[in-house]
Amino acid sequence: MIGNIIKKEFKELFTIATLIPIIVIAVVFAFVGQSIGNIGETMEEKPVIGIVDRDDGDFSNIAMSVLTEKGEVIYDGSDAEEGLEEVRGGNGVALLVIPENFSRNIDGNQPGEIEIYWIMKGAGMMDSISSGVVEGLIWAVNQGISTKLIQQDSSSDPVLVLNPTTRVETTFFKGKKIEGLSASQLGNVLSSQSIVIPIVIMMLIIMSGSSVISSMGMEKENKTLETLLTMPVRRSHVVIGKMVGSALVGMIMAAIYMIGFSRYMSSFQISDINLADFGLTLGMQDYLLVGVSLFTALLAGLSLCIVLGTFAKDYRSAQTLIFPITALAMISVFITMFKDFDTIPAVLRILVFAIPFSHPMMAMRALVMDNYSLVIGGIAYTAVFTVIMVAVAVRIFNSDRLLTGRVQKRAARGKLLWGFRR
Amino acid sequence: MKAVEVRELVKNYGNFRALNGISFEVNEGEIFGLIGPNGAGKTTALRTIATLLQITSGSVTIFDYELPKEAGEVRKIISYLPEEAGAYKNLTGKAYLDFIARFFGDGEKSQDMIRRGLEIANLGERIDDKVDTYSKGMTRRLLVGRALMVNPRLAILDEPTSGLDVVNAQEVRRIINSSVEAGVAVLLSSHNMLEVELLCHRIALINDGEIVASGTAEELKKEYDAGNIEEAFVKAIR
Repeated sequence: MIGNIIKKEFKELFTIATLIPIIVIAVVFAFVGQSIGNIGETMEEKPVIGIVDRDDGDFSNIAMSVLTEKGEVIYDGSDAEEGLEEVRGGNGVALLVIPENFSRNIDGNQPGEIEIYWIMKGAGMMDSISSGVVEGLIWAVNQGISTKLIQQDSSSDPVLVLNPTTRVETTFFKGKKIEGLSASQLGNVLSSQSIVIPIVIMMLIIMSGSSVISSMGMEKENKTLETLLTMPVRRSHVVIGKMVGSALVGMIMAAIYMIGFSRYMSSFQISDINLADFGLTLGMQDYLLVGVSLFTALLAGLSLCIVLGTFAKDYRSAQTLIFPITALAMISVFITMFKDFDTIPAVLRILVFAIPFSHPMMAMRALVMDNYSLVIGGIAYTAVFTVIMVAVAVRIFNSDRLLTGRVQKRAARGKLLWGFRR
Repeated sequence: MKAVEVRELVKNYGNFRALNGISFEVNEGEIFGLIGPNGAGKTTALRTIATLLQITSGSVTIFDYELPKEAGEVRKIISYLPEEAGAYKNLTGKAYLDFIARFFGDGEKSQDMIRRGLEIANLGERIDDKVDTYSKGMTRRLLVGRALMVNPRLAILDEPTSGLDVVNAQEVRRIINSSVEAGVAVLLSSHNMLEVELLCHRIALINDGEIVASGTAEELKKEYDAGNIEEAFVKAIR
């Protein structure tokens, strides 16, 4: 008896319609993982660096020896400007400059200063791995100097032995020169933004999208759709009305969710770096652009949801149709969280750009770096995407599909805009 | 002016032909019944006239408005009651009537419609309860009220008494009759042939997507030498 019920449930739930989205998403995730690369491999690779040694003393020699052994040195000269160009051109991570008085300072019980010029490529979590490896090199340099200090004189100042060097750091990122911050510090602050904001947007999209798809499912299940479609109201108004209503519900639900989530995230807040102190701040027009980007992405998501919702037979089937939206939002979140748009492979870049939800997720970080073309291009793309999706939805609303699941060929040949007028 | 003129209407669902060139007319102030068994094409015909389905070939005009070109104008003067219609479960009966009335007018016009809807539905104090709590009969009365309160020039009613008990069915028939007296043209479908005989001024017998006979109940009974419409229908499709 129980076997009979299990068989019935399995047959009812395990359908081609439920299987295809899972397979597609599994393939996409596998592809994304393959394209982003392997963290372990990246950490094992020697970081590409440049070195300028102006000291040529005992301690700088220790530093040079460690850096040469553990890093891939593509510039070893005396001109910092030239070194920076070499490192940039060689896709390197940093240029380390050891000033003239490095060894003398340490001998005089003063920490030796190392100037580090970071070449930061992206602000995703995985983009900071290389700079993390260079941080490891500097730790190894300190270890080497500490060992030498203890061997020379066991009564050395313990504070100096533990911290024989200090750093003066400058980070170059997307044409900006940020003094006083390392690539890791900047990356951490920007990454923390790329966790909270994408998750807020993902929840907004999922909750609003779920509302609009469920609404379509309920219209069919409650047999109210036929009546609604005979009301003297344009199909485009029905579509837009459903989208806006669902957006409002989604925003309220996402806001409630985010109150809890922001409290949760604040417990992990460890950085007290204020980007505004380094000139990395957003103006009113930037916030306006972020808002417009979010609004257009939300509309794009909802217009896609309403098209998907037309396939819902009832409330239950509507729940499975939200899955592609969730998956697309998650792909956007993960890619933007781990990698910067500029550092991902071209194919992934196209995928990320094509998913409308990615744009508000990337907008804040892009605007901090004055990358207006990405944000404005994203807004234009999502606006066009929305118009196309609304047109498709209106066309479906004008066809037989909503009531019969079929589209009559003659109707499908009709002009797109004609559908808007009806 | 004819309320409805259907000429050689064909409707295909893929390779399946649901309507095979049907033609009929409905006059103003008339109740016209499409009767036939399940799957005969009644609902498809009504949905097409109600602007919900595309026309494969043929023509449909409603008070001289041509479908699908003037679907927007048609929707302003028709009211459609689907066979298995429901109402929004989270709304009260009154809120549902208000929601519908707002499509047809604002202010006093809308309030007049709601008052008429409340009168037709006749649900007493239960009109302020959520639709979710209504019995099938109560929901149907609410929907009939919704369909007729907007003063349509043409009411398209698919199985208007479907699933109702005798008392409720009789009440719905009374409401339909009184609407016609007020000038509304009614196109309805039913597989209850005796009901149609009681209610309709003229009848078309539909089977397998084709109209096999049409006329008044008396004319059809006479033509097929039958005691009632049910008997006439059986003879007509043989």
